[in-house]
Amino acid sequence: MSTSTQAGPALVAGPASSKSKRKDSNLRKWAEIIIFVGPALVVFVTFVIVPVIQAAYYSLYRWNGVASLNNISCSSPERVRGTSCFNGLDNYIQAFTDPDFIQAIGNNFFILIASILIQGPLAILVALLLNRKMRGRGFIRAAIFVPYVLAEAIAALSWSLLLSPRGAINSWITAIGLPAPSDGALGDPSIALWVMFGILTWKYLGFAVLIMLAGLQSVPEELHEAAAIDGAGWWKTQWHITLPLLGPTIRIWVFLSMIGSLQLFDMVWVTTSGGPLNSTNTMAVYMLKNGQTAPGYGSAIAVILFAISLTVALVYQRFAMRRDLEGAITRGVR
Amino acid sequence: MGQQSKTHQDSRTDPYAVTKALSHMAVYLVAIVAILSSVVPVIYVWIGGFRSGVDINSNPGGLPNPWIIDNYSRVLSSERFWGSLSSSVIIGASTTLGVVVLGLMAAFVIARYSFKGRQALYALFTAGLMFPLTVASLPLNILVRNIGLHGTHLGVILPQIAFALPVTVIILVPFLRAIPDELEEAAAIDGTTRIGFFWRILLPLSMPGLVTVGVLAFIGSWNAYLLPLLVMAAGGMPQDSWTLPLGATQFATQYSQDTGSVLAYTAISMVPALVFFLIAEKQIVGGLAGAVKG
Repeated sequence: MSTSTQAGPALVAGPASSKSKRKDSNLRKWAEIIIFVGPALVVFVTFVIVPVIQAAYYSLYRWNGVASLNNISCSSPERVRGTSCFNGLDNYIQAFTDPDFIQAIGNNFFILIASILIQGPLAILVALLLNRKMRGRGFIRAAIFVPYVLAEAIAALSWSLLLSPRGAINSWITAIGLPAPSDGALGDPSIALWVMFGILTWKYLGFAVLIMLAGLQSVPEELHEAAAIDGAGWWKTQWHITLPLLGPTIRIWVFLSMIGSLQLFDMVWVTTSGGPLNSTNTMAVYMLKNGQTAPGYGSAIAVILFAISLTVALVYQRFAMRRDLEGAITRGVR
Repeated sequence: MGQQSKTHQDSRTDPYAVTKALSHMAVYLVAIVAILSSVVPVIYVWIGGFRSGVDINSNPGGLPNPWIIDNYSRVLSSERFWGSLSSSVIIGASTTLGVVVLGLMAAFVIARYSFKGRQALYALFTAGLMFPLTVASLPLNILVRNIGLHGTHLGVILPQIAFALPVTVIILVPFLRAIPDELEEAAAIDGTTRIGFFWRILLPLSMPGLVTVGVLAFIGSWNAYLLPLLVMAAGGMPQDSWTLPLGATQFATQYSQDTGSVLAYTAISMVPALVFFLIAEKQIVGGLAGAVKG
């Protein structure tokens, strides 16, 4: 044992090693593997895999989360009122027949589409303009990154103070002679979702600009020079050369932005809790509002949220990111 | 203009001169608008913290008149703020340490051992990327309660480590793979065990990757809201030990009449993240860009 410990596995494979030595080193290898992977695996399985499976399981029950789970059907006459019961897909049916939840899904997709159509081009434009040697470039980059560094809940708090009915922004609107929304910009159901989108753009534009700038680093300078020699103007160069080469970065940003839009929670929870009149409600906010006292129903919402995210991700990867992702997942392991 | 005279060109021989000047102006205009819109809300919150309640009510959009430091001194002398800060630091540091140590150990085995089930193990960790914490939050909350960690720091730390492991493993495995086998063979010939190789060669060489995953884990933990909301707030933990984002929102609800104090509390809660960003800007920016590029 002691010799094999010192020799290490690379030498054991040599012709001199005996069978028992090899067995020893094999044991040792497995011991190392278990000691090294074990802790991570236990934590990961316990706190990620198990709860995800539980979510699917709980979603089939009517349950308050405290009492033990009963397998009696909810429609069975033997069922005691107030206890948990198995109600199959009823939670899902209830979710899809609740107009509030349908509206929440719609709001998530509104944010998703508006982000791609408005934040994306805006970020690319800012990145293109900033992608040159200029005075104060580092400062500019740091400044537009400030909102992204703040915790979403803290940013949300700042904006709800600024946008409150008697807050600064309302008083500025009044000062320039326009009618200010009397319940604050986030209190008016007709504009609240757009305002929410504005806050999210403020928060996440810096991140988008940053990764676009990182992507622009990989566009060779020579191509711009060649295009200029061929007589292409700045806009033409950006449109025909830079943008296509920025493609992979843009596609990854779109992917991250979509997933983020579908999971949106902190910002909405802190500013409006989904109100007024559900106008800013999202799937995750709806889940937490309804799920804390009814984890069965909340879990069904979680499963729907997951299914929607996964579908969007898979469809997008299938059609847009196929080239970028080829081998990306398996690249690490030979 | 200066450039033109230097290169001895008039505007007729440089067809881009006008466009260049215009685009320069456009660039600075965009830069100024971007900077102002990013920073003004933050600065307004900071300035607002210097105002009295009466002042804010009479003129919500104006500058402090007079400037007072009561709000800030009250927040900075409250046990609540320092309790929240230390709670955030404890949870952030423990999460980071846990993610780096566990993630590195797992990535080491996946990257440099050949054994049956290695691919499956790697696939299991990468599959974790598909499950955001939001989806698992309700059962996770029940699980944390059932194992007696409700209302404790550990109840936030362990799930955060677990949910940060996939991205950590995905970033570290290629990193560790890229270290040449020859180095390991040379170490073995010199009598170093694989574990010795791990400590003395692999660990120092993988520092840049570890910094990236560490920074990502710390930011994620520092900004977390949903999990602390479930485990700490719903778990009955005393408010003095809630993390900063959670503590700040609670403070705002509790003292909603005292806008000046809420502004001050919010303003001070921003400071640690901004200081951390200034110190580690290169790592954060590099880490995020690297993580996005995969």
